[in-house]
Amino acid sequence: MSKILSYEKKDTWIHELSGVTKLLFFLLWCVVSMVSYDTRILVVMVVLSFIIFRMSKTRWQQVGTVFKFVLFFLIMNLLFVFLFSPYQGTEIYGTKTVLFHIAGHYDMTKEQLFYEGNMILKYMTVVPAVFMFLVTTNPSELAASLNKIGVHYNVGYALSIALRYIPDVQKDFAKIKNAQAARGIEMSNKAGLLQRIKNVSAILFPLIFTSMDRIDVVSNAMELRGFGKYRKRTWYSSRPLQRNDYLVIVFIVVFTIAAFVITFWDGSRFYNPFV
Amino acid sequence: MEPIIEFKNFTFRYQSQKEPSLRDICLSIYPGEKVLIVGPSGSGKSTLAHCINGLVPFSFPGEVTGELAIAGENPKELGIFGMSKHVGTVLQDTDGQFVGLTVAEDIAFALENDRVSTEEMHRRVLEAAACVEVEGLLDHAPGELSGGQKQRVSMAGVMVDDVEVLLFDEPLANLDPLTGKRTMEQIDRIHREKNKTILIIEHRIEDALCIDVDRVILVNDGQILADTTPNELLAGSLLAENGIREPLYITALKHAGCKITEEQNPQHMETIELGEMKTSVQEWLKKTKQPELFHRADSILRVENLSFSYEKGKNVLADISFDIKAGEMISIVGKNGAGKSTLSGLICGFYTPDQGNIYWKNQDISALSIKERGEKIGFVLQSPNQMISKPMIYDEVALGLTVRGVPEAEIKERVDAILRICGLYPYRNWPVSALSFGQKKRVSIASILVLNPEVIILDEPTAGQDYRNYTEIMEFLRAMNQRLGVTIIMITHDMHLMLEYTDRALVVADGKLLADTEPASVLTNEELANQAYLKKTSLYDLAASCGILDPTEFVKRFIAFEREERRKQDV
Repeated sequence: MSKILSYEKKDTWIHELSGVTKLLFFLLWCVVSMVSYDTRILVVMVVLSFIIFRMSKTRWQQVGTVFKFVLFFLIMNLLFVFLFSPYQGTEIYGTKTVLFHIAGHYDMTKEQLFYEGNMILKYMTVVPAVFMFLVTTNPSELAASLNKIGVHYNVGYALSIALRYIPDVQKDFAKIKNAQAARGIEMSNKAGLLQRIKNVSAILFPLIFTSMDRIDVVSNAMELRGFGKYRKRTWYSSRPLQRNDYLVIVFIVVFTIAAFVITFWDGSRFYNPFV
Repeated sequence: MEPIIEFKNFTFRYQSQKEPSLRDICLSIYPGEKVLIVGPSGSGKSTLAHCINGLVPFSFPGEVTGELAIAGENPKELGIFGMSKHVGTVLQDTDGQFVGLTVAEDIAFALENDRVSTEEMHRRVLEAAACVEVEGLLDHAPGELSGGQKQRVSMAGVMVDDVEVLLFDEPLANLDPLTGKRTMEQIDRIHREKNKTILIIEHRIEDALCIDVDRVILVNDGQILADTTPNELLAGSLLAENGIREPLYITALKHAGCKITEEQNPQHMETIELGEMKTSVQEWLKKTKQPELFHRADSILRVENLSFSYEKGKNVLADISFDIKAGEMISIVGKNGAGKSTLSGLICGFYTPDQGNIYWKNQDISALSIKERGEKIGFVLQSPNQMISKPMIYDEVALGLTVRGVPEAEIKERVDAILRICGLYPYRNWPVSALSFGQKKRVSIASILVLNPEVIILDEPTAGQDYRNYTEIMEFLRAMNQRLGVTIIMITHDMHLMLEYTDRALVVADGKLLADTEPASVLTNEELANQAYLKKTSLYDLAASCGILDPTEFVKRFIAFEREERRKQDV
C-alpha cells in the first residue's frame, strides 16, 4: 500500500527536472485545465499528458489502483450531472439537438454529450499530471520547491516532517491496534458499528499520547539544531535550475498564455461547435 | 585554562514545580575533557544537561539563580541558537530526533537553518558522515536504518556544525548491548580525533565505563554528590547508595568480602588488579549454594517449525521451535530487528505464520482469533502510554472485561482483586495521570492480568528505566509469576533482566533460533553473545581471572546468591 503513488527514483529527463519546475508546471497545467472548456486545447493537453506520462516510465502498478478509483468518481460525476441537470449543455451552447428520448423529461442531447465529453477530457488532463508530479518528485525536494515559489519554510517543513513521521505513526497505530485487539477491543466487523465507534477511543487516545511524546522530542531536537533561527533557510536537496528546467518553464508559461487567449478569444470559456 | 562550562552556585526551579531541580551546583568542565554524568531518574541530571544545551531556560522556563557560563558567555545573551553553536546534543530517542527524510538531509539540518549554501552543505555533510562511517547511507530513509546507525547519523548531525562540546543524553537507552559498546567506542574515537569536550549522561555505568573517562559526576536530589575519577567512585559505596547499579564484577567482589581500593584501578574489568582478592572470590564460590534446579512442568505454549515473511522470499523467521512450560519466566533476546517482536505477534495471532504450528497445552490454536488468544496469552506493550486509554485507573483495568460483556458485579469483584494483588487498590479512584511511570506500567499489566491469562508476553518491560524503576517492575512481575502462577515471556535486550529474572533464554538472530538455554550460558559464550548483539558479562572475565575453572557455574551461583539476598530484604 505504501508504494502506491510514492516517489520512485528513475532515470528520465522528467525525474531530472527540479521540483520547482514540476510544481510550477503542475499548478499552471491544472489552472488551464480547470478554467478552459475549449475542446481543442483540452484535446492537445490530453495528448501531451499521455506522451509525458509515457516518458516518465511510470508503471501501472504505481498508479493503477488510484486511477480506477478516479475513474469510478468520474463515472459517478458524469451520471449525477446528467441526472440533476440534463440540459446543462443546452443552456451553455444555446441550441438543443435531441438525439433520442429517454424517459420523463430526460432527453439525450448532442450538447449534453459534448459538455460531459469535455468533462472527461478535463479529468484526463489533470489526473496524469497529478500522478506524475507525485511519483517523479523526490519528497525531499518538495519543501524546498514550495519555499522557492514563495511559501514560508515553516509550511514546507511541516509537510516534510509529516512525510517523515507518517510511517512511524502508522507503525504505532498497528502496534496499539493489535495490543488492544488482544485485550478484546476489536475493530474488525465482528463488533457492531456502535461498539466499534466506542472502541476507536481505545486506539486513538494511546496513539495521540504517544504522538504527543514524539512531538516533544521532535520540537526539542529541531530547536537544538537551530530551526527558526533566521527568516530564510537553505535546502540540502534543492537543485539549481538546468537548461531543461528553463525550457519547461518557458513552455508552460507560453502554453498557459496561449491557451487563455484561444479560450477567451470569443468571450466565453466554452468552445461552441453548435453555432 | 579557562573552563568551557562553568556553573557557580547555580540553582534552577522549573516554573511548574515547587522545589528546585538543581541546587547550588558548582561545576567546571575544561576543554577536551571527557566527563560521565550519572544519577538515577529524577536526580536532576537531565536538567543539568538541559542547562548546558539551552533547553533550560529557553524551552523549559523557570527560575535561575547563580551563574552559568558556556565558553565564557552568558546563556541569556546567547539564546538557544547561540548555545547550539557551542554545544551539540545527541538525544536518547534515536527515532524522534531524526528530522530529515533521508540521512543526508538530517545531517544537513543545522546547516540549512544557518543558510549555508547548497554546495558547501553537500561537502560538509559528506565530511561529517565519513567521520561516523555513514557515508554509504546518505540517501537512506530512517526506516531503513538500525538504531545504532540512526544514532551515528545524529552524531554527524551535531558534528557538522563544528561545536566544541558534544552532549550525549543517555546514548545507551535504546540500543542493544553490543551496539551500545560500539557507540561508546565511536564517542571515544570522536574525542581522540576531533578533540571535542564530551559529556555523557548515563546511568548504566558499567556499559558507559567501557571507555576511559576523565571524571565521573554523581548527581542526586539536584546536587552534585561526587566529582571524581571512576576509580575512586567505584572503590566507594556512593553508587549503590544512590540507586545506581555498580558494575557486576564490583558487586561480585563485594559479595566475596573484598575491599576495593582506588589504587587497584577498578574502572574496567580488564585493568583491575585482583591480587589477594582472587582467593577471596574462590573461597566465596565454595561457600555459595548450587542453585536449585528448575522444576519442569507441563507444556503450556509450544511452537513448531514456525516460519514467517512479510514479503515473499524474505523470511523474517525461519523454522523456529521451542516449548514453554507452565510457570516459567523466560526471555527472548537478540538484536533489534532480529524478529523477536514478529515472533510474539505470531503467538498472539496478529500475523498468520507461513508455516508451522502453535500449540496451547498441546492443542493447535491456529483457528483462534486475536481476542480468543488474548484470553489465554496477554500482551503488554513497551510503554504504558501505548495502552492506557481511560482516564481513571479502575476503568482502565476494567476495560477488557467491560467489552466482553461481563456483568457489573463480577467486574468489580475481579478488578478489585487484581488491584489488590498489584498493590494498586488504594489508588483505584485516582486518575492515571497522577501515577509514576512504574505505577502506570503496573496498571497496564493489571489491565491484562484481569482477563486471567495463563501466559503474558511483555515487550521490553524495562527499556529506558533506571535501576530503581527496573527493580520495581521486575520484582512486581516476579511476584505475579509466583502468586498467580502466570508464565511470563519477556522480549528484551537487557542483559541484567535476562540474567537476574529469567530461567531460560531464547536467543533469536537473523530469524533463526540460535540457542534455547540458561541465561548464564548465553552471556558466558562470547560467540553466541555477539551473534545476539549482547555482550559477554564481566562476571565471566572475573571468574576466568580468578582462575575459576567453570565461569558459567560462577555466574549462576552469583545470580542465585543475589536472588537470595533480594528475597531476604523482602521479608
